[in-house]
Amino acid sequence: MSSTESAAPRHTALDAVHRSLGATMTDFAGWDMPLRYGSERDEHNAVRTKAGLFDLSHMGEITVTGPQAAALLDHALVGNIGAVKTGRARYTMICQADGGILDDLIVYRLAETEYMVVANASNAQVVLDALTERAAGFDAEVRDDRDAYALIAVQGPESPGILASLTDADLDGLKYYAGLPGTVAGVPALIARTGYTGEDGFELFVKPEHAVELWQALTKAGEGAGLVPCGLSCRDTLRLEAGMPLYGHELTAELTPFDAGLGRVVKFDKESDFVGREALAAAAERAADNPPRVLVGLVAEGRRVPRAGYDVVAGGEVIGKVTSGAPSPTLGKPIAMAYVDAAHAAPGTPGVGVDIRGTHEPYEVVALPFYKRQK
Amino acid sequence: MSNPQQLRYSKEHEWLSAAEDGVATVGITEHAANALGDVVFVELPQVGATVTAGETCGELESTKSVSDLYSPVTGEVTEVNEDVVADPSLVNSAPFEGGWLFKVRVAEEPADLLSADEYTEFSAG
Repeated sequence: MSSTESAAPRHTALDAVHRSLGATMTDFAGWDMPLRYGSERDEHNAVRTKAGLFDLSHMGEITVTGPQAAALLDHALVGNIGAVKTGRARYTMICQADGGILDDLIVYRLAETEYMVVANASNAQVVLDALTERAAGFDAEVRDDRDAYALIAVQGPESPGILASLTDADLDGLKYYAGLPGTVAGVPALIARTGYTGEDGFELFVKPEHAVELWQALTKAGEGAGLVPCGLSCRDTLRLEAGMPLYGHELTAELTPFDAGLGRVVKFDKESDFVGREALAAAAERAADNPPRVLVGLVAEGRRVPRAGYDVVAGGEVIGKVTSGAPSPTLGKPIAMAYVDAAHAAPGTPGVGVDIRGTHEPYEVVALPFYKRQK
Repeated sequence: MSNPQQLRYSKEHEWLSAAEDGVATVGITEHAANALGDVVFVELPQVGATVTAGETCGELESTKSVSDLYSPVTGEVTEVNEDVVADPSLVNSAPFEGGWLFKVRVAEEPADLLSADEYTEFSAG
């Protein structure tokens, strides 16, 4: 545990704004974060149909610079980071030598020799330490920039219009998983077309002292479009519906990317060796020949909600475990992600249920994601 | 948020109405509903079942968690709110009114139920 996690919770630059909005706050990875402002279901539906505004300043930014920044990241991460073009971003992972996942990351290439790595709040210190250690021998600097940024996300179908009213940046030219420096509401920002909701949207990295000003400008610009402030509770149901993994749930140090069904993020064809390559090659073979448990979606036939840690059952036997579960506002039914034995992983497999506090409730096995937006 | 004066309250955040012909109504407080977030499923005791003060008699599922429902008194359940079973969001929108949960013929009442003012102080702490 790092000192930041055991001490009193940290507050983002938007703390006073959240309190004035009457947010219910929650401790998340050592940060005091908004859980919801009103009804989390209304917030969820706003992001699916209009737009939502999130404070994500707890996310951990790490800057990597120098002539060998790309080489360092190719060595330290499983992706082909040197191949990412300036102005683009990549979803990737950092693994242990044994292939276990340390964190999932988004890496933005800001310049030829400058990258920003965004880690989960709960893993930011671990990622920082690993990158620092793995940087030995490389002509590159790893910088802790967690305090250098506030992060505000605007997500939902109305988000391009809302943002366009506040910036001259070429949003039409900004593709999914791209980022460019610009000015939003007079504030310098890295504008990224990324998110964790399954909707179109943007993430704006700004200096903490500009966070309140930007939040207020976005709130005002979004007034007529139905933009509402959104907490972490709906962020979780949004990402769950979109089938996106969450570290600590679908991803852990005990699992490789192949175990999590995300083997595609591991690039064996890159030039350099990388941490975990040997173990990951073996994991890839194992996953192809004799898959262990497989990550699937479950949709309830009843109304009781599966929660992380509940057993998945079939024929009276435990065949898996729920990793995330919630009532789905979009489907109107409880949904879950779970690791189940390969024999029961095919969509439509009959007789699968979840042990909900002693009762075996029937569940349908479905392919992920539960929700995909119409483009 | 204000807790109606005519009700009494348990430390498990249930409210209890004054009994009419020996039958009292039970629900959860606005404080509890706010803490739960959007309630999506309620499981209530069956009509005719005996509930015991301070013991679980059902459950409430919200987006984030599942919570036990405790009975504030001992007695026989005479009616459950089918409207709230069909639309659990009533617990959030009208916890003291349309979101009531069940009615119970009171056999025994614990001595430590709180007044509205006492509960307000209890739930603030």
